[in-house]
Amino acid sequence: MDKKHEAIEKLLRGSLVVITVGLGKFAEELEKQNVEVLHVEYRPPAGGDQEMIRLLDQLL
Amino acid sequence: MVTGIAIRKNQFYDSVFLMGFNNRLSKITGVSQTAVLMGSAANKSVLTKLGYSNSEIAAATANDLVVAISAESSSVVDEIFLHLDEWLSQVSNGSHSTSEIHTLDQAFREKPESNLVVISVPGEFAASEARKSLEAGKHVFLFSDNVSVEDEVSLKTLAKEKGLLVMGPDCGTSLIGGVGIGFANAVRKGKIGAIAAAGTGLQEFTCMIHNLGYGISHAIGTGGRDLSEAVGGLTTLLALDALEDDPSTHVIAIISKPPAEKTLINLVDRIKKCSKPVVCCFIGIDHPLNGEGKYFQRADTIDEAVALAIKAIGGEVESNLTQKMAETEKRTAQQKRYLRGVFAGGTFCYQSQQILKNAGIKVYSNGPLDKQLLLPNPEESIENTIVDMGDEYFMVGRPHPMINGSQRALRIIKEAGDPDVGILLLDFLLGYNSSPDPVGELIESIEKARQISTQRGNPIEVVASVCGTDGDFQDIYQQKKMLTESGVKVFSSNAEATEYCVSWLRQVNHG
Repeated sequence: MDKKHEAIEKLLRGSLVVITVGLGKFAEELEKQNVEVLHVEYRPPAGGDQEMIRLLDQLL
Repeated sequence: MVTGIAIRKNQFYDSVFLMGFNNRLSKITGVSQTAVLMGSAANKSVLTKLGYSNSEIAAATANDLVVAISAESSSVVDEIFLHLDEWLSQVSNGSHSTSEIHTLDQAFREKPESNLVVISVPGEFAASEARKSLEAGKHVFLFSDNVSVEDEVSLKTLAKEKGLLVMGPDCGTSLIGGVGIGFANAVRKGKIGAIAAAGTGLQEFTCMIHNLGYGISHAIGTGGRDLSEAVGGLTTLLALDALEDDPSTHVIAIISKPPAEKTLINLVDRIKKCSKPVVCCFIGIDHPLNGEGKYFQRADTIDEAVALAIKAIGGEVESNLTQKMAETEKRTAQQKRYLRGVFAGGTFCYQSQQILKNAGIKVYSNGPLDKQLLLPNPEESIENTIVDMGDEYFMVGRPHPMINGSQRALRIIKEAGDPDVGILLLDFLLGYNSSPDPVGELIESIEKARQISTQRGNPIEVVASVCGTDGDFQDIYQQKKMLTESGVKVFSSNAEATEYCVSWLRQVNHG
């Protein structure tokens, strides 16, 4: 595989290390399959204000 | 009718929790309608449509919980609001242990070695989280729907530049190296690779491969719009490159609704150059494909795709359908009788329509193959109808039928009340994240449907397919046993179950 697909090759051949954001159930089901998982207890940023999220995304 | 609205500031819950809680409130005697949602802009418009609006809702943010109730008396509403906080803490204590991590940036610092981010936040916030993940060099599984096509193209273009995979948006299933992500099944590893824009289609394909004794190298979900003209198959093409170069993959199956014309031309050009055998299953496509038979094998159903993929690695599949058909009793009916399909799987809804169409049987649907056969009202079936209960129409504030069967149960009984209905076709999906007892949730309504029709003097036949494996936690043998003991004819694939219905309809209506 050429270099630009290196990351995909690593994903398919290596072990999954997953971050889940949103539904807690998705993290639980991955843990049951012995996958290393870190779950993010999601809160919409800026109280869900889309314009504020856009500005924050640009700043960070 | 009395309406009550309660707001809980800065109490955020995920959608599965909210739907479960909504379900609990809706079962309370005297309650006629409930809506338990976070106060995002999209949810506030849903609340307005449901008839709930006041200044408190207008001021709520996406981090505030909104509970709206319509009930027969104010005492019912008061009683619920009295216990609301207690019940919320009871239900939330039973869910996933809380994490101290609240943002992706924190998570990336905590686990720099992470390589995949699974995103299931509300659609309006999903693209931003996916972009952050790609910028951090992570692959993305984007379960969230309601992501704009512009955002999808922008995310997938960024992913292509960085050599990363974006599976989704609206991606239900993937299997990476034997690990099931989202609504996947416990499937052994093997030589067959798959790429699919169809979630339940990918589940059916991978389960059938497993149940026939073979295995899956990787199955990559792309999201339902990947092969549209706008998206141009960005993920499918990248996944094809990846599986072609993956030494564990010996054959690649692509499963989708028909691609857009331009995307199909590009995809076929790429497939022609693929060094590994490719099987294309574009469910519902009604014209020959350039290069089929020479550069790739074409399958019209998932079952055919399974057989061709197994053949490509030197195996063989025998269909037992002929035998099952021979067992079908000869029937005659005095009146014309119709089929009603009440489905959880969108791909199954599509595939069944195609099989019926190929057999010359007209079938209506809320997700029609032929736009002229769109059900004017998704709640009311006409003649032969297959209804996708996972369609957005049925999903406002309600759980998907793969998680909770209560809406399907009601629809089954409703269909049985129509004296023209002769045969009922159902699908059951097992696997990670699905209901722990999909058959158990519907068995009572199936029995009631048979009882109603038997008392009327024209009993309906019930036919079902079960998509799952012996590794799934729901116990596939027990699930099938419950169905057969209730007199349901059980098939191992949706295509087989639908073929049986075709044969039944022909015998009854023309026999």
